[in-house]
Amino acid sequence: MNQRMFVVVGAAAVLMFAFAPLMIAWAPYESTMGLVQKVFYFHVPAWFVMFLAIFVSGIASAVHLAKDRPAADRLALSAAELATLFGAIGLITGPLWARKSWGVWWQWDARLTMAIILELIFVAYLLLRKYGGAGSDKLAAGLALFGMANVPFLYISVNVWRTIHPRTSVVPTLGPGMFGAFWWCVVAFLLLFVVVVAARTRLEEQRARVDDLHLALEDY
Amino acid sequence: MTRFFQVAWLVMRKDLRVESRSWEMVSTTLFFAASTVLVFAFAFVRAGRAVDGAAPGILWIALAFSGTLALGRAFERERHQDALRGLLMAPVERSAIYCGKLMGIVLLMGAAELLVVLAVALTFQAPLLRHPFYLTALLATGTVGFAAVGTLFAAMLLRTQSRGVLLPIILYPVTFPVLIAGVGGTVALVQADPNLELVRFWVALLCFFDAVFLVLSLWTFEPVMTE
Amino acid sequence: MTWGRVGALAIVVLALGMALGPTVAEAGLQPQPALDEFVPMDQVPPEDQLPAAPLLIAAYSLVWVCVFGYLWSIWRRMATVEREIAELSRRLSDR
Repeated sequence: MNQRMFVVVGAAAVLMFAFAPLMIAWAPYESTMGLVQKVFYFHVPAWFVMFLAIFVSGIASAVHLAKDRPAADRLALSAAELATLFGAIGLITGPLWARKSWGVWWQWDARLTMAIILELIFVAYLLLRKYGGAGSDKLAAGLALFGMANVPFLYISVNVWRTIHPRTSVVPTLGPGMFGAFWWCVVAFLLLFVVVVAARTRLEEQRARVDDLHLALEDY
Repeated sequence: MTRFFQVAWLVMRKDLRVESRSWEMVSTTLFFAASTVLVFAFAFVRAGRAVDGAAPGILWIALAFSGTLALGRAFERERHQDALRGLLMAPVERSAIYCGKLMGIVLLMGAAELLVVLAVALTFQAPLLRHPFYLTALLATGTVGFAAVGTLFAAMLLRTQSRGVLLPIILYPVTFPVLIAGVGGTVALVQADPNLELVRFWVALLCFFDAVFLVLSLWTFEPVMTE
Repeated sequence: MTWGRVGALAIVVLALGMALGPTVAEAGLQPQPALDEFVPMDQVPPEDQLPAAPLLIAAYSLVWVCVFGYLWSIWRRMATVEREIAELSRRLSDR
């Protein structure tokens, strides 16, 4: 991603996030859950971005495993870090919402269970990369691939198993005020993801350059 | 295809033969499994009576722990004198090597399972053996799923530092779905009025997991072991 | 680590434990609402109802803190790496 695109997308993300609180405040109240339901506008987009990050990491890992491309590996690492970050955001905003609307901080239903499993998988990915020593890039790539394979089970689980979590059919049935605010936030989060993953990947590229420079110095 | 299974069979036979010389892994794994069940017995038996509903969970935890131990030890053997490199240099399909090691691990975990099922049924007075066919199906599919992922990860970590602690860290989150399905099925099996349809659902889900994880592991073994 | 130091450390840990122990135990003994089933919040007596605003504010602040914290950490790491690259390039060109 070149400099100009980065600035454009970054500016767009900043603007959307600046406007988001207004859109959220204007959105109508939900009848049973009231004010606290407004967490939904950040909670769900955070999960969308986490899923996206998991898929990006999984696919980049598959490419790295198949074709041995360091660029794919750097992207996989950045996406995995973001998956952990946005997963943590989802896992913290969720219980804050749940405490009010369900009365409990946590419930072991299917979707929540799978959510925490995915978060753990990508935390394990980061631990493996950090402490695994040499060659851990390929090993972690294998792990990310398995993490990605678990995602469809997560999505189907809500519709197959009975659960108190709002079913996935809630999103298409949103009323006009909520619909706008929700999709505004989704786009804002997606733009944020693109910007941050680009920045993080660039950091990894620069780190690789440092390694190359060290090696070049040693050659003398 | 036959060559693939021939190689897998040879690898498994090699492991079994090495094991039969000392029986070290089998005896220590079985003892560890029994100890784990005992630890849970001390934790969950109050005034001589077992806590209700703990048995299925304890069964699968004991299997997960002894399975992790067995995986670590099985591959530790391959580290001596670079045995794994020798194995990988053989002019055979690498995924066949993976398959051979997997079959050995499944056999070892199966032996541990026999012991753990009996131990849990006795100490927790759980009617585990009421529907042996269904229990076997649950255990078999669960073991294959757990071992499929575990064999890949244990092989991957062979030359990694901190591999002892990293194996459980990366293995458990990925195999939680298998454990959840296994426990769910066992609960449905031992409850007062067994829900056999639910058990069948869980077995089917486990088969699906096994298929996905096996295919992924077979594909991933080759690129990961080229280091 | 000498035995003297081990002993001193043990005493410090014990003292801390005795000081913090009652606080921790008290926190654990705070009455939690007993939940046998899920009751819609408007049917729960008023004293058990939670104000939504603090939870909402906490949730949104957390998101902002996490996102900005992460962006800041990338910026900081990037600055370190860029400095290192400049230094190494200079050394390389000096050769």
